[in-house]
Amino acid sequence: MKLSVWTYEGPPHVGAMRVATAMKGLHYVLHAPQGDTYADLLFTMIERRDRRPPVTYTTFQARDLGADTANLFKTACREAYERFKPEAIIVGASCTAELIQDDPGGMAETMGLGVPVIPLELPSYQRKENFGADETFFQIVRHLAKPVERTARVTCNLIGPTALGFRHRDDITELTGLLMEMGIEVNVCAPYGATPSDIARLGAAHFNICMYPETGEAACRWMERELGQPFTKVVPIGVGATRDFLREVSEITGMVAKIDETRLRLPWYSASVDSTYLTGKRVFLFGDGTHVATAARIARDEMGFEVVGLGCYNREQARMIRKLAKEYGVEALVTDDYLDVEAEIERLAPEMILGTQMERHIGKRLGIPCAVISAPVHVQDFPARYSPQMGIEGANVIFDTWVHPLVMGLEEHLLHMFREDFEFHDEAGASHHGAKAVSPAGAGDPSGALPPDPQDISGPMNAEVIWLADAERELKRVPFFVRGKARRNTEAFASERGLAEISVDTLYEAKAHFAR
Amino acid sequence: MNAPSPNPTGCRDAPLLKERGQREVFCGLTAIVWLHRKMPDAFFLVVGSRTCAHLLQSAAGVMIFAQPRFGTAILEETDLAGMADAQVELDREVERLLSRRPDIRRLFLVGSCPSEVIKLDLEKAAERLSGKHGPHVNVVNFSGSGIETTFTEGEDACLAAMVPDLPGTEARQLVVAGALPDVVEDQMLGLLEGLGIGPVAVLPTASADNPVAVGPNTVFALTQPFLGDTHAALIRRGARHISAPFPFGEEGTTAWLRAIAHEFDVSEERFREVTDAPRDRARRAIAQAGAPLNGKSAFFFPDSQLEIPLARFLTRECGMTALEVGQPYVHRDVVGPDMDLLPAGPVLSEGQDVDKQLDRARAARADLTVCGLGLANPLEAEGLTTKWAIELVFSPIHFYEQAGDLAGLFARPIRRRALLKVAVE
Repeated sequence: MKLSVWTYEGPPHVGAMRVATAMKGLHYVLHAPQGDTYADLLFTMIERRDRRPPVTYTTFQARDLGADTANLFKTACREAYERFKPEAIIVGASCTAELIQDDPGGMAETMGLGVPVIPLELPSYQRKENFGADETFFQIVRHLAKPVERTARVTCNLIGPTALGFRHRDDITELTGLLMEMGIEVNVCAPYGATPSDIARLGAAHFNICMYPETGEAACRWMERELGQPFTKVVPIGVGATRDFLREVSEITGMVAKIDETRLRLPWYSASVDSTYLTGKRVFLFGDGTHVATAARIARDEMGFEVVGLGCYNREQARMIRKLAKEYGVEALVTDDYLDVEAEIERLAPEMILGTQMERHIGKRLGIPCAVISAPVHVQDFPARYSPQMGIEGANVIFDTWVHPLVMGLEEHLLHMFREDFEFHDEAGASHHGAKAVSPAGAGDPSGALPPDPQDISGPMNAEVIWLADAERELKRVPFFVRGKARRNTEAFASERGLAEISVDTLYEAKAHFAR
Repeated sequence: MNAPSPNPTGCRDAPLLKERGQREVFCGLTAIVWLHRKMPDAFFLVVGSRTCAHLLQSAAGVMIFAQPRFGTAILEETDLAGMADAQVELDREVERLLSRRPDIRRLFLVGSCPSEVIKLDLEKAAERLSGKHGPHVNVVNFSGSGIETTFTEGEDACLAAMVPDLPGTEARQLVVAGALPDVVEDQMLGLLEGLGIGPVAVLPTASADNPVAVGPNTVFALTQPFLGDTHAALIRRGARHISAPFPFGEEGTTAWLRAIAHEFDVSEERFREVTDAPRDRARRAIAQAGAPLNGKSAFFFPDSQLEIPLARFLTRECGMTALEVGQPYVHRDVVGPDMDLLPAGPVLSEGQDVDKQLDRARAARADLTVCGLGLANPLEAEGLTTKWAIELVFSPIHFYEQAGDLAGLFARPIRRRALLKVAVE
């Protein structure tokens, strides 16, 4: 038993729903009590889907437990088949139904429904949402994909995008265009938008693109083994990764890696002088392993940030993330405990967080800017505009998104110059941001509660060291967005030297010491 | 088909369309989202699965609290192996929680589907933990499981669980049961005070230090139509229920207050003195905010148990026609007075088979379909105008000063549809 306050991932059957909802012509019959239908709103509200997820819940109640929940399942299954006429059905149990051991998979298989029935075994008390999606899609592929003749021209499958995924919709468009430029067509994109009959013709492609290892790797591995299709290992998020990805595709297909970079703006935007202020910004990254790994490379090599910490919540990616952390000279944080992540961020006091919806709340509380790079995400992370993460446009989008929460370079410079003018008092904040403490939860915040004010993390770190009044005054003249760092550095400097007091001199000694 | 109704225009004895099938409703755990705000010294510890934690997070939608006052003790494979284990594990988690959070005075152990199915005895756990951590912390258990409760029944289960432990009293007093936003509760207490009714106690109380007392001279009123078990628990303690329509809209609020005033022998003169001005304000507010509702039809999917009282408000005070009024279940002792007032005509349904009900809703094509979040966008995409029902539970809608807001909540989707000039293709 483990106390959990907020969770990064839902249960595995929600992962199965992400696959079913992304597909067409597939129906999911889920043995589950009535409350589990809450999961529909993730799709209809957060992702604004205009139809119900294709899921029939048996919604058994306490009074059914003594009686016949198995029959309830069979009825639900038959009625769902008759009403929705799917091409294939997946069946499974949620956490509660797992306990009553009705074996929905076995029952459905014996019902003679006339369409493929794919049973799912998703251990609710051990695994989580990403596993559920990966396993479900793997089972669908294993049951439906057959060896078929390859297409005459070089084609690929896009594997891994699901419903509720972070920018999956737009990544598909971006990648399709990118591959088109190389002369490679997409045979099937799955699960997003695919029907069971599309799954059957996956084998026609020459290779697979594993867009998101979290939800597509098991299927890719199976297809490599059974259908002889190699799959890509590079996830094309960021400029460097996109170039590497096209090289990898070229190696697999023997076709020339062509890329039209006329639309690519990230490298120039990073090089232009306004971005000087981004130099060495201390960032902390947290999310799913894939997005964190790609974001770390962008942060260091394409934005010029300093990565001070990174981690992931899905332990399937723990090994990769630990290895990566070593390369970046930091300790990896692999946890699904939100409080651990918060404590680590508080300890590292980064200048920016690249994280999930959860880290956005941590950032708000601690007064640290945050940009979202990974699921879990909220309604605002499903924008109306085209906003991919992958490929050329993805890199442009990432530059804008990450820079937005920060005070811009020219603005930072002006704040410095005029910092004692009343217009530029500390509370004024950045000019392109709205009022302070605006709830980002927006539509999803039915209580209307405003978040508490950000905690002042520029407060003294070490109570032993005393700030003299004139030093404290001088510290106040340091612009607010670097004051926390100045205070921390000065205190670290003082305690290293065993100083009990901090004077104006100490402040500037420390500044000189940490100058870079 | 049915015996003639005592009130020929009412719905009290109308036949119910009882349905069984897929129910598209939340479970009772959801009530924690508003209950924890009402009881700042309480912590709600769900003993359940990752699904429970995920539900709470999704329903709350607010991950802004540094130290939220609810959480889930997630059962793991090892807990499912043997019962003794789970109790020991629970003790350990509670110990850790309470040592970290000395501000907790009331701890609710909330049962879930998995804990009910494995028959984890939370009552025993609550007794044991109360013995260990009392008197500073009072540990109470209730079930919010989806196999036993729907949505708002979670509040009912929570309040009902507190009633047996309430101190006794012989005093003549009024208890009002139901969690209301503070601002609304204060308005209600102001009205009752104006009528000279007292002492008045409200269940749940904000603090564990002054619990509500109950006894044979207690009369009680409900502010929420989903408090069936609380109703029964209070009666078991000797209290007597003042039956009344629920205080939604001008008419409902007046009828609710009048029933209580009658019980306490308040003169008609005084009643008018206290209520005339707010009644007039409420009428004017409804006329203004509810104007777009006049002459329109409504279809209610079962959600919060508020459906019958709200249908009464919309039909009698906003000029709407109800086509179907669905409720998760109909508790006639509680909503009977509202059913008396609800004009005959609508299909009254209990329980749900969501696909069949969707067929009816599509055939009815009401001007406004009131439904849960899982159905709202899909129905909008089919061209129906919807009001998502959960907002009715989270917003202040009771009593005179909110009557206009209540009409406005229903009117906004209709106004919005009229405003938008770019159709969805």
